[in-house]
Amino acid sequence: MIVKGKAHKVGAHIDTDAIIPARFLVTTDPDELGRNCMEGLEPGWIKRVSPGDIMVAGENFGCGSSREHAPIALIGAGIKVVVAHSFARIFYRNSFNMGLTLLEVGELAEQIADGDQLEVDTATGVVKDLTNGRSISCQPVPPFMQNILDKGGLVPYVKERLSKGA
Amino acid sequence: MGRTLAEKILQRHCDEAISGPGQIARCRVSLVLANDITAPLAIKSFRAMGAEKVFDKDRVALVMDHFTPNKDIDSAEQVRGVREFAHEMGVTHYIEGGECGVEHALLPEMGLVGPGDVVVGADSHTCTYGGLGAFATGMGSTDIAAAMATGETWFKIPPTVRVDFTGEMPRWLSAKDLILKVIGEIGVSGALYKALEFAGETVSAMDAESRMTIANMAIEAGGKVGLFPVDKVALDFAKAHGHPGCEPMAGDEDAVYERRLHIDVSKLAPQVACPHLPENVKPVGEVGDVVIHQAVIGSCTNGRISDLRAAAEVLKGRKAAKGVRLIVLPATPRIWRQAMEEGLFTVFLDAGAVIGPPTCGPCLGGHMGILAKGERAIATTNRNFKGRMGSLESEVYLSSPAVAAASAVAGRIVHPDSL
Repeated sequence: MIVKGKAHKVGAHIDTDAIIPARFLVTTDPDELGRNCMEGLEPGWIKRVSPGDIMVAGENFGCGSSREHAPIALIGAGIKVVVAHSFARIFYRNSFNMGLTLLEVGELAEQIADGDQLEVDTATGVVKDLTNGRSISCQPVPPFMQNILDKGGLVPYVKERLSKGA
Repeated sequence: MGRTLAEKILQRHCDEAISGPGQIARCRVSLVLANDITAPLAIKSFRAMGAEKVFDKDRVALVMDHFTPNKDIDSAEQVRGVREFAHEMGVTHYIEGGECGVEHALLPEMGLVGPGDVVVGADSHTCTYGGLGAFATGMGSTDIAAAMATGETWFKIPPTVRVDFTGEMPRWLSAKDLILKVIGEIGVSGALYKALEFAGETVSAMDAESRMTIANMAIEAGGKVGLFPVDKVALDFAKAHGHPGCEPMAGDEDAVYERRLHIDVSKLAPQVACPHLPENVKPVGEVGDVVIHQAVIGSCTNGRISDLRAAAEVLKGRKAAKGVRLIVLPATPRIWRQAMEEGLFTVFLDAGAVIGPPTCGPCLGGHMGILAKGERAIATTNRNFKGRMGSLESEVYLSSPAVAAASAVAGRIVHPDSL
């Protein structure tokens, strides 16, 4: 998958309360969660985002609670890819399960500035910064996770297993 | 070659041989857990997977503890949906109302989790049961839906960071201070994707409640689990609560540990995590002059009977300072009754406390103790992220029950000895 969009940069240790505060957790609707995405970091953040834009984060993105509402809110906000220094463990699993692609680029995340135009190839792990002309290469998605993504997320993946009685 | 505790426990639930970190292994689960926030999404995914029944109606627990007693119509509707699902599936452990407690205090009490188990829960603090020697970890709702349907899940075998505590605990030092110290040392991503394993002479002498307090906050260092050995303490706890237990187990000395930490607790002072990350940890004496408006004693970290006793010991004969809301939430109905029968409630009421029902409410800014702009709280909970307990312009400090109680009395963050 190739995704082109504007980088929305956030810092290190952005937690799930920042991505979607607890008061919005009275629904599971992606549109409604998307409308309140990043409300815990910056009220009104969603107004700056266009579908296809790319989140760029520091270390440990998505730390905190197990709430799957966090990747759902990002997807609801139109984000398909997050490029970060590193991700929190539960958020990492949740994102792939939901069909949100994550790329871990370590310190190279610092080379991307807020507002840069990016082109991300999720299959090869290449992030091109069209604004500064730099290109970042990282480990592509591990095969096991790619298999889940290819099936469309964990729901269709398990559905297939259940139907085969595996 | 020796093995880590994480590898030993997972091997009990896995058919293939576990060889070491990085391997992806399919494991059977002992119990699957979700709550009123995460179960609605899990049920949605469960149905979308085409699942028709849960893998074992006795091994799914649905605990309605976050926004309950329901704070509004939306949260009531979420609980109604879970209740109907539980009824349809014949789930034995659907828990709501007067039977309900904070899940991670309740399930060990009910003997539903214990030594040697593999537990997955749609709640990040599922790692609490590591205090009893269970490989227990938090996941998202869809992972939990898959586990509810199939009775298994996959894990990437984690590398382990081993922490050895040595020395005798001084007065007023508690399990909470030890885990805050560890998080302060290694940081909130210090155990990212890893297992934390706790050992040492201090641990051998530590009761099960204290162990659960420490394991509970493993996730605040990014950890997958926080594990304690299966020893006499864990097995006695299991027996007393009707859990079958397993053979004794501990990490081998010659296992490959990614990192080892030694902490001498004998000279450690009570610790406080300052806003807005659990790694911003300082000894209580170095926090400075911090005025507080609310003190919360409760949660899955510190809402057990030993926590309430520690708070009462400080509060006895004293009053919360004017302008401080002191909120005490015993974590389960059994703890509530015990606190009442031991006379702790008289101490709390005399101190001017509000005594609430068992609920996770204030910890995540859900209800029953939300902070306004400019307000500052000290809490025995586990997270002090920006806006966690209410307004984005409020602040949360994390501490032990004794420090929270002393701070309520002083109206500012203080050491219990300074009262």
